[in-house]
Amino acid sequence: MSDIAIPLTGLRVEAPPTVASRSLIEIGLADAYAALASPIGDVFVAWNGRGLSAIGPADDDAFEDWFARDIGRPLYPADRLPDRLERAIDRRLAGDRSTKIRLDLRGSSPFEQSVWMKAAQIPFGEVRPYGWVAAEIGKPLAMRAVGSALGRNPIPLVIPCHRVVRTDGTIGEYALGSDKKRAVLTAEGVDLARLEGLASSGIRYIGSDTTKIFCLPTCRHARRVTDRHRVEFHSQAEGQARGYRACRVCRPGPAGVAA
Amino acid sequence: MKSDDLPARLAHDLDGAFPTLVTEHVDRLYSIALRLLGDPRDAEEITSDGLVRAHRALASYPPDRIHDLELRPWLTTIVLNLARNHARRHRHLTVVIDDSQVAPTATPESTTIQRAETEHWATLIAGLPTRYRVPVVLRYVDDLDYDEIAGVLDRPATTVRSQVQRGLTLLRAAHDAATRKELSA
Repeated sequence: MSDIAIPLTGLRVEAPPTVASRSLIEIGLADAYAALASPIGDVFVAWNGRGLSAIGPADDDAFEDWFARDIGRPLYPADRLPDRLERAIDRRLAGDRSTKIRLDLRGSSPFEQSVWMKAAQIPFGEVRPYGWVAAEIGKPLAMRAVGSALGRNPIPLVIPCHRVVRTDGTIGEYALGSDKKRAVLTAEGVDLARLEGLASSGIRYIGSDTTKIFCLPTCRHARRVTDRHRVEFHSQAEGQARGYRACRVCRPGPAGVAA
Repeated sequence: MKSDDLPARLAHDLDGAFPTLVTEHVDRLYSIALRLLGDPRDAEEITSDGLVRAHRALASYPPDRIHDLELRPWLTTIVLNLARNHARRHRHLTVVIDDSQVAPTATPESTTIQRAETEHWATLIAGLPTRYRVPVVLRYVDDLDYDEIAGVLDRPATTVRSQVQRGLTLLRAAHDAATRKELSA
């Protein structure tokens, strides 16, 4: 029978390389990436079987270098995103916060995750100061750490760190570049000129003389106040002294936090 | 590090050691799937799926159990079950030969001969009834020994041995018949 056994061992073959990479991606020990159109132009999106893992500038070398350095898993180019993930990201970027996307945030600290999840609660088209995020996660003094955590956000746009702005109301830094931050906020309908105008004249809060409530300037309730009823405050103390209370939707936070 | 240490490494750091398991076993698992199913795409899918399931299973095992695993037959069992389910669902046994099985140093003439030879044997194997095909593939394509095959197929080693012998007899008969047909053509 040995004459027959010999040719049979010739039936052993090498698996195509995609078999190993596909398995590792599905398990989450490697990632795939592909380009996606976004409000600020094409970006690269990386994912694996455990979830969406990264978004970065659509520049092969820069993205692969950054991924190798910060995430450290093997990264394989793919032709396109899985349909379901692409649709979910599109809906999310259009402001639909009810669309769930699984995120793979392995390697990040609980503090970073709490900052990112808080940023994810800021509504489309609104912004909040760094101090607001710090106060909301129960670390009102950790403004600088909040800033660093947002700078390390591996999934910008989907985790909308662009909606967190400097405490003085100016736009501030962004992982994808501050010009991109302006572009994505503008695409969401934020009136940057007005926001910066208020910031430069020291206005931090907008109140309504009918409700006697004051809000952060981009809160949807503040934007509804007509010019005739609009009151502007430099500080929460100023508003409170005039008998106004803080909005329960945008929660400007304890006095001093956003000042 | 010797591959014998792999179960210990998997028990200690599953995610860290799993890529090594993939590298060491992906070709043999793919070969088994390809020779059982015949179709390279199906074989790719079954092999990937098998590796993903293996990781999931290991993630749920206590370290002691991983430590004692015989990886080769254990992984074979996973892929074999997936291939059986797949074949049951699709019932196709078409043999498609891909280029990857040709040695890169082969000259054009020897490539053609080798490809024809491989295709010939793959077709004959695909024609075997499942009860002979599976033990023959495990014994000769994957080189598992009779005891390992007995464990994988959950039948006595003596049964496995006679099924392999019977499978080879059928293959030899099919080979002779094909050769005679070729000569008389």
